[in-house]
Amino acid sequence: MNVLIFAESAEGKFKKAIYEAISYGKEVANKLGGEAIALCASSEMPSDADLASLGKYGANKVLTSKINEDRPAAMAEALVAAANANNAKVIVVSNNYNGKSIAPSVAVKLGASIATGVVSVPNTDNGFSVKRGVFSGKAFADVNLSADIKVLAITPNTFSINESGSDAPVEAMSADISGNAYRVAASSVDKVQGKIPLTEAELVVSGGRGMKGPENWGLIEDLANTLGAATACSKPVSDMDWRPHEEHVGQTGITIKPNLYIAVGISGAIQHLAGVSSSKVIVAINKDPEAPFFKVADYGIVGDAFEVLPRLIDAAKQLKSAQ
Amino acid sequence: MKILVCMSVVPDTTTKVTFTDNNTKFNTAGVQYIINPYDELSLTRALELTEAQGGSVTVIHVGLADSEASIRKALAIGAQEAVRINAEPTDATLVAYEIASWAASQGFDMILTGRESIDYNSGLVGGLIAEQLGLPFVNIVTKIDVAGTEATAVRDIDGGKEIVKIALPMVASAQKELTEPRIPNMRGIMAARSKPLQVVEPTGAAARGNHASFELPPAKGAVKLISPENAGELIQILHQEAKII
Repeated sequence: MNVLIFAESAEGKFKKAIYEAISYGKEVANKLGGEAIALCASSEMPSDADLASLGKYGANKVLTSKINEDRPAAMAEALVAAANANNAKVIVVSNNYNGKSIAPSVAVKLGASIATGVVSVPNTDNGFSVKRGVFSGKAFADVNLSADIKVLAITPNTFSINESGSDAPVEAMSADISGNAYRVAASSVDKVQGKIPLTEAELVVSGGRGMKGPENWGLIEDLANTLGAATACSKPVSDMDWRPHEEHVGQTGITIKPNLYIAVGISGAIQHLAGVSSSKVIVAINKDPEAPFFKVADYGIVGDAFEVLPRLIDAAKQLKSAQ
Repeated sequence: MKILVCMSVVPDTTTKVTFTDNNTKFNTAGVQYIINPYDELSLTRALELTEAQGGSVTVIHVGLADSEASIRKALAIGAQEAVRINAEPTDATLVAYEIASWAASQGFDMILTGRESIDYNSGLVGGLIAEQLGLPFVNIVTKIDVAGTEATAVRDIDGGKEIVKIALPMVASAQKELTEPRIPNMRGIMAARSKPLQVVEPTGAAARGNHASFELPPAKGAVKLISPENAGELIQILHQEAKII
C-alpha cells in the first residue's frame, strides 16, 4: 500500500507546497504501512541534490521521469506509470491549477476515487475518508472514497512540513509518454515576474471598493511588498477592472488559505468571506464599524484606509529593517 | 461547429449554508438555485462562437426534474437544445461518466464546462470527461477562439498565463473573464418554452465518492480592535503575538 506523491517542479525548483505534499504523503504511508514515493516528471529536472533532499521530508525513494514538454497530460501519464510500477494505492498532488489539471486524468486511467481541496489526512478506521472544503469555503465535508486507488489533491498551506529524515535514493524511470500527451501545444507562457502567486501566498493584502480607485493601489502594493505578501481584491474591484481577475478572492473567484489575510476597505459580503474565512489570521480595516468583516476578523481597525495604511507601511518597514 | 455545454445547478451565492439530518444533508429550505456561474460563462462563449461561425449549442445537465427551470433558462439565454440525464449528481465521477457516455456518439467539436461548481468545488468534470473520451483538455481558460479545426485558448497557470493551441474536438473549462454572462430577454424566454429538452435515463455509472457528512467552519472569537491612530501596533501584534510576520 504505497503512496505516490507528485513532486511538481518549475524551472528546476520545488515549491513549498511540494514539501507539504511529501510530508503529507509520508504520514499517509505510515498509516497504510507502505512507502512514500515521490515522482518528479518535468522537462527541466531539479538538481540531484534537490531531488535527493525530498527524503528529508519523508520520501523513501524519488523517481524522475523526463518529459519533452511540461504538459499536464504528460505528467499524468508518468504518474500512472509510476503508480502501476510501484503498487501505489494513494496518489497525492497539490491542489493548485497544475495539480487539478493532472488529477482527473490520473483518476480515470487508474479507475480511482478522487477528492480535491483535501484538508485532512485520511481516516482509515472504517473505509477511507478525507475532509475537503465545499461551498467555496462556507463548509467542509467528509467524503468516503470507495475505489481501490485514491487520488487526493491537497490544499496548499494546510499541512505542516516535517523535516527529519535523510536524503533518499533517486532513480530515473522510463515511462512511455504517448504522443497524445502533447496534443495541447503551448505557444507562449507569460509568468508574472517577481510576484507571489496568490494561491501559494502565506500572507495576503487585499483591497475592496473602499480603496476608491485603481490609482490608490500603490498603498496596498506597498504594504504587500514590505511584508512579502501577495495582493488580492474583492469581486466589485475585479468586475470594475481596477484589478485583474486572478486577484479576485471569494466564492466565484478563488478560495485561499493564507496565514494572514488583511482586508482593506472590504465590507465582507458572504461570498467574499467564503473565499477567505479559512485564513489563519484575519485583519479587517474598514471605516464602517458595522462592516460584517469585523465578525470574522481576529484583529480590526475601524478607520480610514488612507490614514491607516501609511502607518502600517511605516511600522512594517521598521520591523523589516530591524530583522 | 457543435458545442456541448455542461451545466450544473447550484445554490445562489448569497445562500447561508446549513445542514440537516444530523449534518448529513445540505439544507435546501429557502435556497434559490442558479446556473453555476462558470457554466453560464461557458454557455455564453459557446453562443458567441456559434453565432460568429455557424453551428449549434446543446446544454447537458445531470440532475433530477427540479432543475428543469434552470435548464429552460439556459435555453432562454440561447442554447438550441438541452439534455437532462435523469440521475442525482452525487459526485463528479458519476456526472462526468454519464455525460461522456451520452456525448461519445454525438460528434461534438467542443465540450465546455465551468472551472468548478460553486457548491462542491471539485473542479473535475471537464478533465474526467476529456479522459473518458480520449480528448485533449485545457483547464481554466480565460479566452477561447476557433479558426477552422483549431482552437486557441489562454489558460491560467500557477503564477501566470499560457497560450495554447489545440486541434478540435477538445474539452475546456471556463474561468472568470472568458466573457460576460448574458441575461435572457423576453423573446428568448418565449422561444425556450418550445425548444427540445430531452430526458435521458442514466447508464448507471457509479459514484466513487460520497459526501457523507458536513460541518461548518469553527466560529471565530471576538475581534480585537486597535485604534486607527496607533495602527502601527498591529504590525507588532502580528509579529510578536500572532507570530506570522
